[in-house]
Order: sequence, then C-alpha cells, then structure tokens
Amino acid sequence: MSAFFEALQQKFGAQIQSISAEREEEIYVLFGDPDIRALAEYLRSAVEARLVTVFAEDRRSAEGVFFNYYVFERKGDTRYLIVRAPVRADHPEFPSLSAELPAVNWQEREIQDWFGLKADGHPNPRRVALHDNWPDVHPLCKDFPLETVLPPFEGERHIYRPALGEGVFQVPVGPVHAGTIEPGHFNFAVAGEPILYLQLRMFYTHKGTEKLFEKLPIPKAVFLAESISGDSSFSHGTAFCQAVERAAQMEVPLRALVMRTILLELERICNHVADIGAIATDVGFVVANAHASRLKEMLVSLNEQLTGNRLLRGMVCVGGVRRGWDIVQLASLRAAVDAFASEFQDLVALIDSSESTRDRLEQTGVLRPEKAKDLGVVGVAGRASGMDLDVRRDHPYAAYGRYSFRVPVYQVGDVIHRMQVRVDEVNESLGILRSAADDSLHGDFRAQVPPIPADRCALSAVEGWRGEIIHWIRTGPANHLERCKIKDPSLNNWPALVEAVQGNIIADFPVINKSFNLSYSGTDR
Amino acid sequence: MFKIIQKTIATGIVTTKYPGEPAQISERFRGRPSFDFEKWKDARDAAEVCPTGAIFVCDEGDSRRVTVDYGLCVFCGLCAEASADQAVRITQEFELASADRRNLILTAEYSLNTDRTHRELRAVHRRLGDVEADVESVGQKAREKIQKLLRRSLAIREVDAGSCNGCELEIVALNNPVYDLERFGIQFVASPRHADMLLVTGPVTRNMELALLKTYQAMPEPKVVVAVGACGISGGIFGKNYASLGGVDNVMPVDVYIPGCPPRPQALLHGILLAVGRLREKLFPERHGS
Ligand code: SF4
Repeated sequence: MSAFFEALQQKFGAQIQSISAEREEEIYVLFGDPDIRALAEYLRSAVEARLVTVFAEDRRSAEGVFFNYYVFERKGDTRYLIVRAPVRADHPEFPSLSAELPAVNWQEREIQDWFGLKADGHPNPRRVALHDNWPDVHPLCKDFPLETVLPPFEGERHIYRPALGEGVFQVPVGPVHAGTIEPGHFNFAVAGEPILYLQLRMFYTHKGTEKLFEKLPIPKAVFLAESISGDSSFSHGTAFCQAVERAAQMEVPLRALVMRTILLELERICNHVADIGAIATDVGFVVANAHASRLKEMLVSLNEQLTGNRLLRGMVCVGGVRRGWDIVQLASLRAAVDAFASEFQDLVALIDSSESTRDRLEQTGVLRPEKAKDLGVVGVAGRASGMDLDVRRDHPYAAYGRYSFRVPVYQVGDVIHRMQVRVDEVNESLGILRSAADDSLHGDFRAQVPPIPADRCALSAVEGWRGEIIHWIRTGPANHLERCKIKDPSLNNWPALVEAVQGNIIADFPVINKSFNLSYSGTDR
Repeated sequence: MFKIIQKTIATGIVTTKYPGEPAQISERFRGRPSFDFEKWKDARDAAEVCPTGAIFVCDEGDSRRVTVDYGLCVFCGLCAEASADQAVRITQEFELASADRRNLILTAEYSLNTDRTHRELRAVHRRLGDVEADVESVGQKAREKIQKLLRRSLAIREVDAGSCNGCELEIVALNNPVYDLERFGIQFVASPRHADMLLVTGPVTRNMELALLKTYQAMPEPKVVVAVGACGISGGIFGKNYASLGGVDNVMPVDVYIPGCPPRPQALLHGILLAVGRLREKLFPERHGS
C-alpha cells in the first residue's frame, strides 16, 4: 500500500473500515460515516484531488442502508479513489459538501430527488431533477417500480427568482426553443441588453434512463447506453461496455480497442467540426457553416461505411466490437481522414480570415479559470478555462496508451478559446486516427463474454467529445444490473454556462450557448 | 471575401439528387430487416436478442404468432445475426414512413414442432399501405409536388419531446448543403403559429407533454403531425415508464410515422413528403372524397 493510503489510514483510521482494490484502477474506501467533509477537505487540500462525481445507491435490502459514493481523482495517478459512505435508512441524511464544493451542487440535489436522502446544509436544497409539481416520489429507490403511473400535473412547474430593480425584466425562453434543439427552460433577468443572471430549468427530457438500466439484460442495455445522448452514442456505448468488461474481469482484444479508439475519435471530430460551423453561424458567418456541415456529412458517411449507422450505433458490444473492417473499409477510412484534414485546414483558415467573426467571439462569454475549478467544469469548456483534464491521457482506456497526442489547455475561457480547443483537438485526433489506422487491425475483434458474476462494481470513464463521461455499475444476477449511474459531462457544465453569460448581451447568448453545446438528454437522462 | 468565393467555387455542387434519383448510400447501411417467413424455422432467437421487443413471439399450445413492429425497430441487425437459418436479412430499405401505424406491423402464424421450432407457416398478415400512391410519387420532383399540392411552401415546427438528440442531428442535417431541404420549399419555423407540420421526436416525457400539447394547439388548422424515430412512434427502447409516456400518438393524433433510430435524412424527407399528401387531403377535402 502506498504512502498515500497509509497517510489516509493514519488520519481517518477510526472511520475507514476498509480499503480495497477491486481492480488496479479503482480503490474503494469504505467509510463508517455519512459525514465525509473532513476527508473531502483533506483530499482537496493535501493531495489536490478533484471530486469527479457523487451519487447514491439503495442497498437497503442487501445491506440495510443507502450508500453515497464520492469518486476522486488526483493528478498523475491513474487510479480513482471511491469513498463509499453509508446513509442510514432510518435517518436518511448526509452532510452536504456543496457550500465548499459547488461542483456537486446539482448532484447532491439529485440524490435528494432520486433517493429521498437529505443533503443537510445544502445552500440551495430545492429540487433539481424532479420538477416541482411532481409528487413526493424517489424513483431510484428499489421500492419504486419503473412503470409507476404518476398522477397528472397540477399547478406551477418552478418558481423562478424574481427579477427586481428598475428597468430589470425577465425573459423566459423554452422549454421549446426557436431552433431544432433539445428542450430546457432559460430564464434571463436582463437590465436593458446585458444579462444580470440566468436561471436554468433542466430535466425536461428525463425519461427514467438510470432506472431502466436496472430492468434490461446487459446486451440490450448497450442500446440504451447509445441513446443517452445522441451525439455521443459511441462514447456512452463504450463507457458502458467498458464498465461491464471490468466487472466481468475480461480482456478485450487489441483490435477491438484500436477500432474503438478510431470510432471515438471520429465521433469527436464529427461533433467538433459541426460546432465550429455552428459557432460561426451564430455570429452570421453562414458560409463557414455550409462548409463545416458538408465536412460533417463526409464523416457521417464514413461512420456509416464503418459501422452501418451514421451515429456509430450498433457497433460497440460487451467484449469488443460487433464487426471487423475489411481492406476496403480501411482504405475509405484513410482516404476520408486525408480528405477531411485538408478541407479542415481550409475551413479554419476561412474563419481566421474573418476579422468580424473573431471580433464577436473574443472576450464573449468568459468563464474564468477559478470559476471553472469551483464548478468542476470538464471537457472542451474546462480546457478553454484552465482545467487540464483529459480522461484519454489521465486514465488511459481503449488504445489511447499507444498513441501520443497533446491536450490543449487555455486560460482565457471565452467563446473563441472554446472554439480553439476544438480546432486543436481535431488536429490531434487526426494524428491519432492516422496512427490507429496503421496499428494492429487484425485478429479477434470480439472476446467471448464469460458469465458476469453478481455484485461486482465497476467504474468506467471515457473522454467523450464534450468531456468526461462516467458510468458506474453494480452487477446483479442473471445478466442484469442492480444500478447504473451515468454522468454526462454536461451536468457540471450547465452552471458554468450560467456563469459565462453574466454581463453579456442577450443577443450573444446563442453563440455562448453553442460554444458549450451541452447535452440536455445526457443531463436529464 | 475573395477567399470565400474561391472556396465556394472550388467546392462545386454537393447537393444530392434524392429523391429525383435513388439515394447514394453505403452498402453497409443497415435498413429494414426483412423476414422470409416461409424459410424461418425459429423466431425465438431473434426475439430473444431484439433490444426493443420489435420482434415478439407469442406461443399458444402448438401454434405461434410472431409480430414484427418496424415502429419499435432500432435497426441494430441483431435479429439477422441470431437467425441461424438466414431467414432474416438486413436490407438497405429506409423509405419506411407510413400514415398508418398498423402498416408498420407484420404478423406471421405458425404451427409448431414438439421442439417448438416452426412446422408450417399458416398465415402472414401485412396490411397493404393505404398510402402507396403517395410513396410512389416521392420519386417525382418534390418541389413541384409541394407547390402543386399546397400552392405554397411548407412550414415545419420541430419539437423534441424527450429524444436523445439523435433524431435532431438528422433533422438538422436536412438543412446542410447535401440535403438542402429548402430547395423543395420546405422550411423550419420558430413559431407554431406559422407551421403546417409538427415534427415530433422522442418518447414524450412527462415533463414535455404540456409544452408539446401547447405547441400543437397553437398551430392553425389544417395541420399534420409527424412522429419521428422509434421513440416518437412507440417510445422505442424507453417505452413507457414513470417519466415517459411512450409514443407521440399517446398524446395527440399522428398523421405519419417515420421509423429509424434515427431515420436517415432521406428517410425523413420521404416521411415529410408523405405527410404533405396528408396535409393536402385536409386542405382540399373536396378532392379526396371522404
Ligand atoms: S434490427 Fe430491429 S427487429 Fe432486428 S433485432 Fe434490431 S431492433 Fe429488433
């Protein structure tokens, strides 16, 4: 056991009941107490650990209690430290960390909504996931059946903080937006043009996904994972399969790992190029978007060539991938990467040459690094604001350990830097794609899946194009899951959007929003 | 400016000819699974692996009823892989939209051997599309069709009632230079008050039901509703649960259903054009008898 765990034992020995490593990369610390504030503070200040996610599990029937899970990581360590803290069923409360760690604000409130455990001392304990007019139910409790038919809605959905002061008024937008995008409610308080503050109401697309995972046999659940967030189908699908593979302690053939890496990177550049075009459109540079969407279409056709589906669905499976690639497919992969690479440089040059576009994007929607850190912002938006995080580098999975790539990080945090991160990442991805296309693409692409033992826990992380995707599972009997926790990178990044729009004029909201491009469905599940 | 023009000229025309000419799609594309019911020796393997229950087996004594519902299908191809007898084949067909939910459902009846494999095919029920005429005319110039039928352009209001955003990606792709929907005189509008057609994706969530209904009510008559994708048609993999009400037709009448997960842009276009036919019937009922 390393010095770090000895120190931990020494400091918190009284409360630590066990430290166990189910796998090398996942260390579970069983705590005796729901109060982990001192431990969290120690991890944050002494080893600069980051709290990745917080979630709960109803273990009343098996262990008589609920458990909260706190997943930490620290720089330079590929292991995740997972603190498991019991919450008594007859005293369903745990001390909130949100005042010190605003990054878990929504997640602790989710625990309140899903499980009925009270986050004691939470600065804003209102419901977040269940809308205010839902009855008093806690859908992720084991005694709440998935098919429950709830009584119809009555009354107000959500009371927004009023906009007070002379000349201050409220602009409510949504849940149905003007364009073809996902639903959510934005409530702006504006003083003339500038935005004073923005209040969000999400979870309009909540469809019981985590609960449904507990009902589907694992091979079918892969398709549910692919439907968590449409633009990240392959990343979520892979995150899910990886979690199951870890629980089953099975090896995935190298060929499959390389193929997954290729498809993960295709998903990334597909979305990045579309976002670059969309950001340009939102400041009136429509020609750039025409090119960007044509480039995206080129990649989407490649997706279809490689997987039979334009969104890369139906390809990943537990144990590897469902089909190998022949020479023709590999040739089209290489050709498309080359064609895309040169066209992409043209697109970037085109946007760079437009002074007026750059002008609108610079110093717009600034998210300062301190704020990004407080809010636990991840992915593209995080890296544009100083958060040097990338699961591919920090916790290598698939075949990422085999290729070298750079992780772009900027400090400015405005729209143009969120765009620049995307541009840099596309270039890095093209490098990965070229190396991977010449890598080991022969042999098995799918391993036989052994019977999956019950009661195994596993964490899996994938750097989706938007950022860090976390899946955590507990297996159950008969090829089913007891619990599947999904954390989409969007969840932590919404509050960052709120921060970034403050003081900007309302006309710039669309482009700021686009520069984050968060997933509603991934958030709401 | 010069750069922009240069790039535009260098790029040339990229717009697809579909539906004037057949769609150019990859031979790997997974479209409609087709079933050779005569040849099928056992439907249980396919039903077992089908992630959404699109293939459903119901045994009674020594007879079996197999139901295939394209409205639930996510085109994963597992049924073809699982059917040892090769009676299930993945085709490249994607023009599956229908004005009648029942048209998306096939049933086959078998008598069974003692090992519960199929002994004999007794009957196959498939409804002949009552909209065949419209499907056939999709091959014509769509713009002419819309103008002739509606005497003006078509305005669509899209509402995501709870989707994963996959369908939205393909709907947005309809506006890219390759599919370029506007060439047909079809446009997406922000206000439901300007819309003729409501294009709905997703299982309708409990939290979106009201917003969806309000959008529908705000549209002027006559109007048509199109349910997009497996989720919009049937709830898809999400089905019905405490948070999801399932398909759009659980909430409002639907005129056209477009299968897919998500439907590719050409499939969407095909479904939208089918819905134009329905809209015309509502606009000019005198020409359509009743
Ligand atoms: S292709 Fe359709 S019918 Fe066949 S298994 Fe997949 S979802 Fe079921």
